[in-house]
Amino acid sequence: MLQEIFIPLMLAVLGGAIRVGTPFLFVSLGECLTEKSGRINLGLEGVLIFSAMSAFGVAYLTDSAWLGVIAGSVSGAALALLHGVLSSLKRVNDVAMGIAIMMLGIGLAFYMGKPLIQPQAPTIGAIALGEWSDYPALRAALNINALFPIGVLIALLMHWAFANTRWGLTVRMVGDSSDAAKALGTSVTKVRTLSTALGGAIAGLGGASLSLFYPGSWNEGLSSGQGLIAVALVIFARWKPISCLWTALIFGGAGALGPALQSVGINGYYHLFNAMPYALTLLILIITCAPQRAIRGAPSELGVQGQ
Amino acid sequence: MSSFKVNVEAVLLPVFSVACALLLFGLFVAIGGHSPVEVWILLFKGAFGDSFSIQNTLQRAAPLMMTGLCVAIPARAGLTIIGGEGALVIGALACSALPYAFELPLNIWGTVIMLFAAAISGGLWIGLAGWMRQFRGINETISSLLLAYVAINIFRHFVEGPLRDPASLNKPSTFPLYASQLVGTIGQWDVHWGFAWGLLMCLCAGTWLGFTSNGFATRVVGGNPRAAGLVGLPSSRLVVCACILGGAAAGLAGGFEVAAVHTTANASVIAGLGYAGILVSFVARHQPWAIVPVAIVFGGFGAAGSMLQRRMGLPDASVQVLLGFAFVLILAMESIRGRIDWFNIFNSLRVSTKTHAV
Repeated sequence: MLQEIFIPLMLAVLGGAIRVGTPFLFVSLGECLTEKSGRINLGLEGVLIFSAMSAFGVAYLTDSAWLGVIAGSVSGAALALLHGVLSSLKRVNDVAMGIAIMMLGIGLAFYMGKPLIQPQAPTIGAIALGEWSDYPALRAALNINALFPIGVLIALLMHWAFANTRWGLTVRMVGDSSDAAKALGTSVTKVRTLSTALGGAIAGLGGASLSLFYPGSWNEGLSSGQGLIAVALVIFARWKPISCLWTALIFGGAGALGPALQSVGINGYYHLFNAMPYALTLLILIITCAPQRAIRGAPSELGVQGQ
Repeated sequence: MSSFKVNVEAVLLPVFSVACALLLFGLFVAIGGHSPVEVWILLFKGAFGDSFSIQNTLQRAAPLMMTGLCVAIPARAGLTIIGGEGALVIGALACSALPYAFELPLNIWGTVIMLFAAAISGGLWIGLAGWMRQFRGINETISSLLLAYVAINIFRHFVEGPLRDPASLNKPSTFPLYASQLVGTIGQWDVHWGFAWGLLMCLCAGTWLGFTSNGFATRVVGGNPRAAGLVGLPSSRLVVCACILGGAAAGLAGGFEVAAVHTTANASVIAGLGYAGILVSFVARHQPWAIVPVAIVFGGFGAAGSMLQRRMGLPDASVQVLLGFAFVLILAMESIRGRIDWFNIFNSLRVSTKTHAV
């Protein structure tokens, strides 16, 4: 029983967690950086899909997957920069602007990506971490996306930078008290705009991972809302980059649980497992929030603490 | 500024933004080698050119009005709800699932009961977000977004699982509703009754918010919660009520999508109408009466999309690009509201250059 069902199941979930979780990791790190500076970017869904399209397009034209990755990141940064600049204008609502950028990004990606639906582009190679094992299921589970280690590296780097660099402390200060930042002569608008753009660059890597590794092609149903839900992942991770890594794996694993159960003969709960992380995030919010108290770890300028 | 000037600006600013968006879209298609003038003409023809286009436009405007209300009513009570998609999807599910549970009368009363179920379930869904904000201090923007994802997955689970019609092979759907239970069209028009209901709901919501003491109390809670507390208004009750009303509107949109458009619940219901409603409401500045024309204009763009695709071979996403441009511009134009004298636009420009010269 244990040998036949439990171990393959766990391995499938582990492999799936990394495969499905990689885009989650990048969008949550990008959103984490943006939110640390005190702004919400709901446009990451548009950023994700637009960068997936441009990564695929460039990889197809240049025949190089890594040039595609760079293109994805740059185009993600460009779209997020638009959000950052426009949200800096007076009386422009960043939540609504995020939804507008999402629509624009998806529209542009579908429009320009029409000729890319058929062709095949080179994909990013996998790193075979399971070569030492002669257990095929383990080897398959550890055949990981080459972008995943980059994501882990970015998470570690962000964790270190937020605590130890002048740049990281400035972002946190702007997110916690724009008054303090102004008193020190820091331009709040500039820091927030740059944080949004850089967050878009990180999220763009997630788009590249979607179109160049898994599922590894360009089509219009590529993202199932990973970009929009980045906001929830960041709350789940309490605005800590390292926790973003675990959160992305949990959300990815939950998405992989349905297909994994299907492979051992349990059918029909696929979508309910998909819903679990969101329900869990809600539950955590219900337990930890109280009126008149902020969520622990939330940047105070963000305004996510109820009234 | 006088209130007349404010009203003129409220109309001119979005019109100006849409004109800019059309210009930008023209440039965009020109890069792809298409004639922008031809695109503009087709856009107008496809949206308002003949009676067929107008009917198509109104049909598409119906759900936008209702999902717009799902943002506008809570917004007036001070909440930013972005999970209208969830209420719409839950409403659609309730509408299509009810015939499985009960033997409904095969006439208009069956339809009324199904639409009622859609409105109630949508209302409770968004009401939950309002309740969590008032009693647990959870940000409603995020909770409504999470609830939308939960709703979409519940919908998919039931439509592809327990409620699936075995005859729907490629596209999992529920059993189609009986023909006698479908929502019909208005008279000779090819527009279903959902449009009339959307119109009526926008008018009622506007009247309620603008001209009744209860609506005024809701706006006070939204405008200044502290003042509302000081004069003893029941803030929590008003906020949760606003959420329930908004959610009911979006749930009804889902009900009409099933009972009037698709005749069954399937993935076509999840078409982003809830997200489009957010932008409709923001463009209308959360004024229910203003939602009507805004929804009709954006419904028109949607209707023109298939025309562009058929006649010019443009991708079906071209309308999405146009809508994206329009929404981004309209939201960004907020920043110049009240800064431009629209009656003396040339004068004001001249004066400003003069002061710079000095």
